[in-house]
Amino acid sequence: MKKLLAAVAAAVALAGCGVSGPGLVPPTSPPAVTGEITVFAAASLTESFKELGAEFEAANPGSKVNFNFAGSSALAQQINQGAPADVFASAAPANMKQVTDTGAVTASPTTFVKNTLQIVVPKGNPGKISGLPDFAQADKKIALCAEQVPCGAAAKKVFQVAKVTPAPDTLEQDVKAVLTKVQLGEVDGALVYRTDVKAAGDKVQGIEFAEADQAVNDYPIAPLAKAPNAAAAKAFVDYVLSDKGRKALAEAGFAAP
Amino acid sequence: MTLHAALHVTRETFALDVDLTIEPGEVVALLGPNGAGKTTALRALAGLLVSDSTIRLGESTWDDLPAERRPIGVVFQDYLLFAHMTALDNVAFGLRARGTRKADANAVAARWLDQVGLAEFAGAKPRTLSGGQAQRVALARALATDPELLLLDEPLAALDASTRLRVRSELGRHLRDYPGHTLLVTHDPLDAMVLADRLVILENGRVVQHGTPREVVRQPRTDYVAHLVGLNFYRGTADGTEIHLDEGGALTVAEPVSGPVHVVFPPSAVSLYPEKPVGSPRNTWPATVAGIEQHAHTTRVELDGTPTVLADITTATVAELRLQPGDPLWVSLKATEIHTYPR
Amino acid sequence: MLPALIGLAFLLVPLAGLLAKAPWATLPSQLFSPEVGQALQLSLVCASLATVICLLFGVPLAWLLARGDVPGRGFLRALVTVPLVLPPVVGGVALLLVLGRRGLVGQYLDQWFGVSLPFTTTGVVLAEAFVAMPFLVISVEGALRAADPRFEEAAATLGASRWLTFRRVTLPSVMPGVVAGTVLCWARALGEFGATITFAGNFPGKTTTMPLAVYLALETDPDAAIVLSIVLLLVSVGVLAGLRDRWIGGAT
Repeated sequence: MKKLLAAVAAAVALAGCGVSGPGLVPPTSPPAVTGEITVFAAASLTESFKELGAEFEAANPGSKVNFNFAGSSALAQQINQGAPADVFASAAPANMKQVTDTGAVTASPTTFVKNTLQIVVPKGNPGKISGLPDFAQADKKIALCAEQVPCGAAAKKVFQVAKVTPAPDTLEQDVKAVLTKVQLGEVDGALVYRTDVKAAGDKVQGIEFAEADQAVNDYPIAPLAKAPNAAAAKAFVDYVLSDKGRKALAEAGFAAP
Repeated sequence: MTLHAALHVTRETFALDVDLTIEPGEVVALLGPNGAGKTTALRALAGLLVSDSTIRLGESTWDDLPAERRPIGVVFQDYLLFAHMTALDNVAFGLRARGTRKADANAVAARWLDQVGLAEFAGAKPRTLSGGQAQRVALARALATDPELLLLDEPLAALDASTRLRVRSELGRHLRDYPGHTLLVTHDPLDAMVLADRLVILENGRVVQHGTPREVVRQPRTDYVAHLVGLNFYRGTADGTEIHLDEGGALTVAEPVSGPVHVVFPPSAVSLYPEKPVGSPRNTWPATVAGIEQHAHTTRVELDGTPTVLADITTATVAELRLQPGDPLWVSLKATEIHTYPR
Repeated sequence: MLPALIGLAFLLVPLAGLLAKAPWATLPSQLFSPEVGQALQLSLVCASLATVICLLFGVPLAWLLARGDVPGRGFLRALVTVPLVLPPVVGGVALLLVLGRRGLVGQYLDQWFGVSLPFTTTGVVLAEAFVAMPFLVISVEGALRAADPRFEEAAATLGASRWLTFRRVTLPSVMPGVVAGTVLCWARALGEFGATITFAGNFPGKTTTMPLAVYLALETDPDAAIVLSIVLLLVSVGVLAGLRDRWIGGAT
């Protein structure tokens, strides 16, 4: 609780100064982070960010956090096309780079969490998947993310390390689509992020594998250069980076950077 | 073989209960006001609606046959020619549907088109045909399958007056040539009189009168029929030459009769005078003008009195009397002009 | 006039945007890459098969809705339009729940016949047919309802069976509606994305149709996505314009 207060105070103070970047922290400054902000966040952050958003709003009366959850690359494109966002939380440094390249983000992004892959199978593991080698078997139904999206790129990396040539039946457009197929029992196994396995609840179960560490996914976050509500944007980023924020993210299955 | 039909159709607010017999080669006209059930009767005969009717032709009964298995041909009011087919295909359709080979069906259809005088229109689409031509194609289509029963639903109603006259006489010629049974549904008394051998008058789902056109014209039995044939019509009770009318008033006739009778006389037998006439006519009574209607060569005056009466007078008389609704007049009628027959 | 022009502009300007942004220099090489050819071929085949399925089942369904003697017809009619209002992804999930490996029907298909529809080209066709069928049903039903049923009675009095009447009288008279419905249906099937990727998944050569390829290309290579979109667009406009001239021109 103390930490939360401290974080809020810091955020409030920063917002009060109306500048982004570390500034003076007058201890007596009034709560001034108000108004709406729009956070563009990777789809895998949906559950944890919604929770953080609610806490942020509670700590900052008069503030309102709107989220746009989608694939990181789609978000990056929307931002580059001028979408009125305040904060971008990406699931991959590559997508963050897309927006820093165009100058849509000028602050240097901070990695706030890491995520690793986990094998996910339907409850009861009907396909009897025990590890990555099973992904090469043609008689098992396997779903992977398409290589174009971060979870697919990560999967490709771990398969290379494990020297397994997977035989997927489908290359899904995002993690949630993969999970749907697992939840419905349409596939025997899939590779998704650890956080997604956790969020999917008890309809699925996760299986650890040794090569997971070979594809660690960094999640960078940054306020946007043209954030309509720059003060609150900075406050939200700081809130995510605060101990309180990290705790919520850790509960969702993310690893600390 | 005689066609016997006992038609019973029950609807929420309407019941049709009609017995019909049609002889081979005979044309029966079903005549009646709108809503009398004429078309319902036709549809029951065609099998186009569910009814508990009994239709018998010789040994066969049609009761359980759907429309497509009944030996019928129908000419619909607006013909219902299939727009995407040529005239020839339309006429051949029934034969094709009944399993005739295409070449044979086309040959028969061509012959029928020739008979109705449309040989050169075989390849024409219905929308390029005139109303009269379309009617003839519809007739050819209905007759091409050689049906036992030909049903005509207001076959002339869609035509303009000038075409109608010509098409009516042509239709009459084809109907005379057709050996089967024909039922003509119409609300036009002229069509019925000209085309039919026998009239069946339908009112409120029931037959109110039937007979040859001549019988019906001479002795109407309902106000509707009397109105159709253009006669003044009353019900009364006779006592010698004196007849007491049901609606009030009395008329003197030339020939003594007795008992309940119908009384008719033509509007042209009625004379009108501004003052009470003196002299020979035995029927005179006061009346007031209720309405004036100009017809082709005469003026029809509707008069309120005891009894009410229609009078046809010359335009000269109208001018002379300077008639206005509400004017008081004297009605005069010669006893010899009045016709009575038992009820 | 002005509203019409605004309407036209609204429809065409995004198209112009695509064309303006197109990487014309690399277009030919992208265009003739085997991946694009594969996806395009799959799209055309699946959309056409889906349209055939829609015609086979949708036209009789439209007839039932327009002419059939079924209780609760209004409600049925509303149900038929469900795939229109349902987000396609939800439609895909619904298909999985029914026809999937663990689905209500699908589990028996799998157990008894060893047939599994998800992740197959057949699955693509089914997903597209599911989403596109209402377009056909609605336009054919509209045409049937506008058509005068008395022509069917006339055919019956001429001795035609219900089937012959339908084939020779009813169907020709609603042909413009059937053609319009078919065109809409095919176009919708060609552009189908959500239900397809959800039910049939995405695997090149098997289930990756053009819209799926476009979506995934957008993740990494927006230029390629634009090229793919233009290809899809040109092919569909070409096909539809060709059909329109031939069918609708011939039917009126």
